[in-house]
Amino acid sequence: MLAFNFFGTTEGGLFDINATLPLMAIQVVALTYILNSIFFKPIGNVVEKREKYVSNNIIEAKKKLSEVEKLEADLLSQLQSARSEAQRIVSEAENESDKLYKEALELANNEANTSKEKARLEIESQTSAARDKLSKQADDLSKLIVNRLILEK
Amino acid sequence: MLTNFAALEVGQHLYWQIGNIRLHGQVFLTSWILLGALLVFISLGTKKMENDPKGLQNLLEFLWDYIRDLARTQIGEKVYRDWMPFIGTLFLFIFISNWGGALIPWKLIKLPSGELGAPTADLNTTIALALLVSLSYFYAGLSNKGWRYFEYYVHPTPIMLPFKILEDFTKPLSLSFRLFGNILADELVVAVLVFLVPLVLPIPVMFLGLFTSAIQALIFATLAAYYIGEAVEEHH
Repeated sequence: MLAFNFFGTTEGGLFDINATLPLMAIQVVALTYILNSIFFKPIGNVVEKREKYVSNNIIEAKKKLSEVEKLEADLLSQLQSARSEAQRIVSEAENESDKLYKEALELANNEANTSKEKARLEIESQTSAARDKLSKQADDLSKLIVNRLILEK
Repeated sequence: MLTNFAALEVGQHLYWQIGNIRLHGQVFLTSWILLGALLVFISLGTKKMENDPKGLQNLLEFLWDYIRDLARTQIGEKVYRDWMPFIGTLFLFIFISNWGGALIPWKLIKLPSGELGAPTADLNTTIALALLVSLSYFYAGLSNKGWRYFEYYVHPTPIMLPFKILEDFTKPLSLSFRLFGNILADELVVAVLVFLVPLVLPIPVMFLGLFTSAIQALIFATLAAYYIGEAVEEHH
């Protein structure tokens, strides 16, 4: 049954301390060495090797990522400059064609104007020549009429 | 029959007489069985180590990581490697002793005197562990800082000296009696309840006991690590 003899007997009891204590201490120290060699060291080696491997990979990946980012920025700036170059060329060509068009238009206008002027002058001179001729003929005709009238008399 | 099965024996031991010295045989028997199981478990888990851990190796690595975190947070980055095996051994030994004592039906094995149970329910074991912790933190302090270790005793002011000296005695005392008391009390409560109400009722208390057992192992290991960390800490 329930037998509580905490301090009572010289034999046994809860607070009976004897050679179990140092032997248990020695056992625990021995266990520490055993566990160190079969558990802590091998597992530690594996885990730390893996941690090193992972962190190395992360560092390498970061390096590669930054390289990629640099290349991307490089390409982007190249693309930008190419784009602005293309823009420049296009606008230059537009200006050029505009200028050429204006020049050609002016030239054509001038030519048209001069030929129109020339034609006008010619028409004028011919008109006046024809008028002169006509008035001369009228004179001649009137003289002839006069002469004839005078002669018939 | 039933009363026999549930009978309670407190403070009875299986004595082994070797020459002039007397030992508590039941403590060693239980600890050897449990340690044997632990060693078999560990050697199975570390037999074929792979970079991509599976099964037992995974569990052992988790355990290792847990112990490393415990040692590192308490002792500090600089010297935790030296003390990790000791802290880990304390944790594992106490943990398997507590759980082994609670989970394995030792009552089925009859001894001529005393009974098998958690090795940590014997004061000899817990005092042995606590004294090892005391030796460890003295050794850690002296080997890391030499005689400057004793600056710790007068650290903020010399008024602290008597308290710090007293602490060197209260530390092992509280460590050993906390563990001993908790495990013994747990065994007693379960035994008394089983004796009174042999059905159902003791089960929640048994679960509580498992919880306490695990917590006690963690507390002992954490405090041991904390004491060592305190001894190697540099004061400025």
